[in-house]
Amino acid sequence: MTDPIIKFDKVVKRFGDLTVLNKLDFEVQRGEKVSIIGPSGSGKSTVLRILMTLEGIDGGVVTVDGEPLWHEKAPDGTLKPASETHLRKMRTQLGMVFQQFNLFPHMTVLRNITEAPVKVLGLSKKEARQRAEELLELVGLADQAQKYPGQLSGGQKQRVGIARALAMRPNILLFDEPTSALDPELVGEVLNVIRKLADEHDLTMLLVTHEMRFAKEISDRVCFFDRGRIREEGTPEELFTDPNEDRTREFLAAVLDEAPGTTG
Amino acid sequence: MHWTEYFGPLAEGAWVTVQLTVYSTILGAILAFASGIGKLSSNWAIKAVSVAYIEVFRGTSLLVQLFWLYFALPLAGMALGIDLRLPPVMAGVLALGLNIGAYGAEVVRGAIQSVHKDQHEAARALNFTSRQTLWTITIPQAIPEMMPSFGNLAVQNLKDTALVSLISLGDLTFRAEQIRNFTQDSTTIYSMLLVAYFGMALVLTALMRGLEAYVSRWRMAGS
Ligand SMILES: Nc1ncnc2c1ncn2[C@@H]1O[C@H](COP(=O)(O)OP(=O)(O)OP(=O)(O)O)[C@@H](O)[C@H]1O
Ligand SMILES: [Mg+2]
Repeated sequence: MTDPIIKFDKVVKRFGDLTVLNKLDFEVQRGEKVSIIGPSGSGKSTVLRILMTLEGIDGGVVTVDGEPLWHEKAPDGTLKPASETHLRKMRTQLGMVFQQFNLFPHMTVLRNITEAPVKVLGLSKKEARQRAEELLELVGLADQAQKYPGQLSGGQKQRVGIARALAMRPNILLFDEPTSALDPELVGEVLNVIRKLADEHDLTMLLVTHEMRFAKEISDRVCFFDRGRIREEGTPEELFTDPNEDRTREFLAAVLDEAPGTTG
Repeated sequence: MHWTEYFGPLAEGAWVTVQLTVYSTILGAILAFASGIGKLSSNWAIKAVSVAYIEVFRGTSLLVQLFWLYFALPLAGMALGIDLRLPPVMAGVLALGLNIGAYGAEVVRGAIQSVHKDQHEAARALNFTSRQTLWTITIPQAIPEMMPSFGNLAVQNLKDTALVSLISLGDLTFRAEQIRNFTQDSTTIYSMLLVAYFGMALVLTALMRGLEAYVSRWRMAGS
């Protein structure tokens, strides 16, 4: 295969005494849509949070688009911890959609989407507004631009969250259980938006989810995380219909059992 | 002197009290923001100055601060060969503002820290600098949080202005004291004084509520 856009090379992450990622090796190809599934506490969110630079690492190297994320190359070729300047440069590649939406409650929907493009990317207000309007159209909220997040349903909030992340034009979009905080009847509208994005050829997507049917539908590859390692990975067909590992089978049996007929 | 004649001088004094309150509350708010944010700064020098200011002015009495600014500072200045004599109004506004600013600083700091971690993470994911995050994400959300305490501090400040009569500033209390010395009519004059301060406090509280509603508009929207 060609150079991966994301590469975890023996990445270690600890919280105090707890080793959450233990020499994780993980690669994602450009444009690939990867779903991450696994039991609670297995380190799924941690992987996304490390990529979004919300969480540092304790060992190994994470590479994004060929450049180390948490390190910088010193003049003598060795790796030293990344500066904030380096992190800011690297972050332009990535966007994140949060489980709890994390919209800015004091800004209108429109400003939630335009603020970073104006302040961070230096777009003119007009350009940012135009971009936001296109994105609101895409997520089906063109008529909600002037509302505050507090006036929206959960499903609408998450669609704004997606539009806000897209407004920065990331190459890689990270979704951390984007529908877990939603009432069941609102899950579908968010999945529909994500489904549209999955058709975008160039966008690399990493999706942590409990929506197995949806993961199966949109992913090129599914990774089953267990205790900070990838226990098993493969195409959705391989993993969902004929898993090799007992752990995978047990997990799938448990989640499919607890949520029969889940949306999407 | 009939009691209705007290109104003239009392109104004059009340106007001085209003001015003192307004100026010192504004000064206090500026100092509260500067030092409340400063206390959270990663720059140790800014942090040290902020902490020192907050602790000194919370740890000493307003009256002593006032006397120090009005009586001691000029002497200290004289020793250094600089003229540091302050007009009474200036000394009053400074002392009140410095005092209320130190208390307000803790309110500002607390409100900024109460903004949820999720908001910082969203800001980071969108690549805002820490300064942009502070001014566009954190502070606007922290301000409504500060308003109830700021309202209390403003009323506290109004009541504290009575102390400036001790440096011969012609505020409401000073005028009342003058009339009392002249007429010996303590009951009437102090009753009027009470009502006057209470009335001003009511107006101030209403103004602060209005301001609170204004800065919290987004909270009222919908839900
Ligand atoms: N900031 C933190 N401090 C301490 N421990 C943490 C912290 N963040 C995560 N952990 C721990 O790290 C482990 C992995 O967390 P992570 O959030 O990556 O799991 P997850 O696979 O996303 O689980 P879930 O499905 O519940 O979201 C968990 O045991 C969690 O308690
Ligand atoms: Mg998680």
